[in-house]
Amino acid sequence: MIGIEHYLVVSSILFVLGVLGIFLNRKNVIVILMAIELILLAVNLNLVAFSAFLGDLTGQVFAMFVLTVAAGEAAIGLAILVIYFRGRGTIAVDDIHRMKG
Amino acid sequence: MTDFSHSLALIVAEEVLTVVGLVLLLASAWLGDKASRGISIVAVAALVACAFLAAPTLAGGLMGPDRLAFGGQYIGDAFSAFAKILIYVSAAVTLIFAPNFLNRFVVNGQGAMRAEFPVLVLFAVVGMNLMVSAGDFMTLYIGLELNSLSAYVLAAFLRTDERSAEAGLKYFVLGALASGIILFGMSLTYGFAGSTDFMAVRGAMAGELATGAIFGLVFVLAGLAFKISAVPFHMWTPDVYEGAPTPVTTFFATAPKVAALALTMRVALGAFGGAVDAWQQIVIFVALASIIVGALGAIGQSNIKRLLAFSSINNIGFLLIGLAAATEQGAAAMLVYLFIYVFMSIAGFAVILMLRDVDGNPVEAIADLAGLSSVRPAMAWALLAVMFSLAGIPPLFGFYGKFVVFQAAVDADMIALAAIGIAASVIGAFYYIKVVKIAFFDEPSGRIVPETGPISHKIVLLVACLIISPLGYLLGPWLGGLTEKAAASLFLIG
Repeated sequence: MIGIEHYLVVSSILFVLGVLGIFLNRKNVIVILMAIELILLAVNLNLVAFSAFLGDLTGQVFAMFVLTVAAGEAAIGLAILVIYFRGRGTIAVDDIHRMKG
Repeated sequence: MTDFSHSLALIVAEEVLTVVGLVLLLASAWLGDKASRGISIVAVAALVACAFLAAPTLAGGLMGPDRLAFGGQYIGDAFSAFAKILIYVSAAVTLIFAPNFLNRFVVNGQGAMRAEFPVLVLFAVVGMNLMVSAGDFMTLYIGLELNSLSAYVLAAFLRTDERSAEAGLKYFVLGALASGIILFGMSLTYGFAGSTDFMAVRGAMAGELATGAIFGLVFVLAGLAFKISAVPFHMWTPDVYEGAPTPVTTFFATAPKVAALALTMRVALGAFGGAVDAWQQIVIFVALASIIVGALGAIGQSNIKRLLAFSSINNIGFLLIGLAAATEQGAAAMLVYLFIYVFMSIAGFAVILMLRDVDGNPVEAIADLAGLSSVRPAMAWALLAVMFSLAGIPPLFGFYGKFVVFQAAVDADMIALAAIGIAASVIGAFYYIKVVKIAFFDEPSGRIVPETGPISHKIVLLVACLIISPLGYLLGPWLGGLTEKAAASLFLIG
C-alpha cells in the first residue's frame, strides 16, 4: 500500500535533486532553469499528496497557482537569459563572474 | 454578497494600482517610449493616492475581523497600512530617480528609460501589498512572486549593460531558489497543520511540534531570510546591488526589504506565533551573523553600491533583533527602525545618483569620492549625515532606531543579544566613518564635476536628510504612536 510517507520521500528526493542541480551544475544556465522546475514539481507533488491525504481541496488549488506562476517564472528566466547571451555570447555558469561575489 | 463587496472595498488600493498599471501598460504599448514621462507621473500620482487611502487605516489603528477580506486571505490592518505607506514612498522615489539615470544610457538609439519601467514598478508594488497583507500562504506566495518577477526584470533593465543582465540573471536564479524553498516549507506546513490560513496554522502548531512541521517552519523562514538578504542567505545582495541600475538598487534596498520583513514578522509572529521557541534561536543566530558579516564584508569594498549592500545586510541584522524579542514592543521597534532605514537608504542613493564624474558617468568607486567636500560640499555633508546615521551615531536619527530595537531586546531579557549587537555595531562604524574620511580629508580625486543634479533629486534628498537629521526626533512620539498601533494589530489573535 502506498501511503503519504512514500509521496513525501519522492518529493523530498526531487527537491534535493533540484537544489543540488542549482549548486553543483557548472555547465549552463538552462540546466538551472530545469532544476528550478524540478523543485516546483516536488512542491506540487507534496501539495497534491497532502490534499488527498487530508481530504481538503486547498492543496490542489495551491498546486494550480504554483503551476501558473512556474510558467511565468520560466518565461521571465528565459527572457533574462536571452539578453544575457546577447551581451556575453555564453551562458556557461563558470563565466558569470563580471562582478566578484 | 455584502461580504464580497466588503472584501472588494478593503482591497481598493490594490484594485487602483492594478487597474492603473494595466491601463498604463496599454498606454505604453500604444504611445511608445516618448510617453514614459507622462506614464511615470500618472504612476507616482496613483502611489500617492494609495498612500492617502492607507493613512486612515493606520491613524485609526484599525484591526480585527472587520479588516479581513475574502475569508481571512487578506488582512487590511494598521500593520499592513504602515508597511504599505513605506512601500509607496520608496516606489515613488524610484520613479522620480529613474528617468535621469536611465536616459544617460543609449539602447537602440534612444534613452534606456522605457515606458514599461513605471508599469513594472506598479506591479511590483501590488505584489508587495499582497505580501504585507497576506493572511494565508496562498496570498503570500502570489504576492511574493508578483513582486519577484517584476524585480527580476527591473534588475536587468539596462539591457545593453553586461553587469545589469548578470545582476538580473543572478537575482532570478537565487530568487527562484528562495521561492522554491519557501514553497516547500509551505507545503509541509499545510500537510501538518491541515490549512494554509495563518490563524489555523497558528492553532495547529501550538505545543509540541511534529518533525515535519518543524521542517516546514525552517524552510519557510530560510526562504524569507533569502528575500530579506539575511546571513547565511545574503550572497546575492552585493552582486545585485552593484549590477542593477542605481534607481533600481534604491528600490531593492527599500520597498522589497520593507515588504519581505513585514511578511517575515507576520509569518513568524502570526502563523508560527505559537511556536516561538522553535524559531527564536534561529532568528538570534541569523541576526548576529547578519550584523557581523555585514560589517566585516563591507570593509574591503571599493564600490559604494556594494558597500551599501553590506550595510543593508548589517541593518537587517539589527532589525531581526527586534523580531528575536518576539514581543509587541520588539515589533513596534522594528517598524520604527524600518521607517528610519528607508529614509537613510533613499538619502544615500540620492547622493550617489547626483554625483557625476568627468565623463558624465555615474560615480560608483569609493576612491572617486576623495575630496568631495571641496567640490560638492552639500553632497559631502549629506553623505556624512547618511553614514553617521547608518552607523547609529547620535544625534542623528539612525541612533534612535538602534536604541528602540536594543531596548526591546533588553526588556525581553535578552541582554547578551543586545550587548553583542552593540559591540558588533562598532565594527560597522569603521567603514562608515572611512567613507566620511575619504570624502572630507583626502586629496580631491578630480574625478567629480561640480554639476548639480535635477531639482526633483534635490527635493527628495533634502526631505530624506531632514528626517534622518536630529530634527527627526520631533517625529519620535508620532512615529511611536503609529508603530504601537501597527504592532498591536499584528499581535491581535483573531
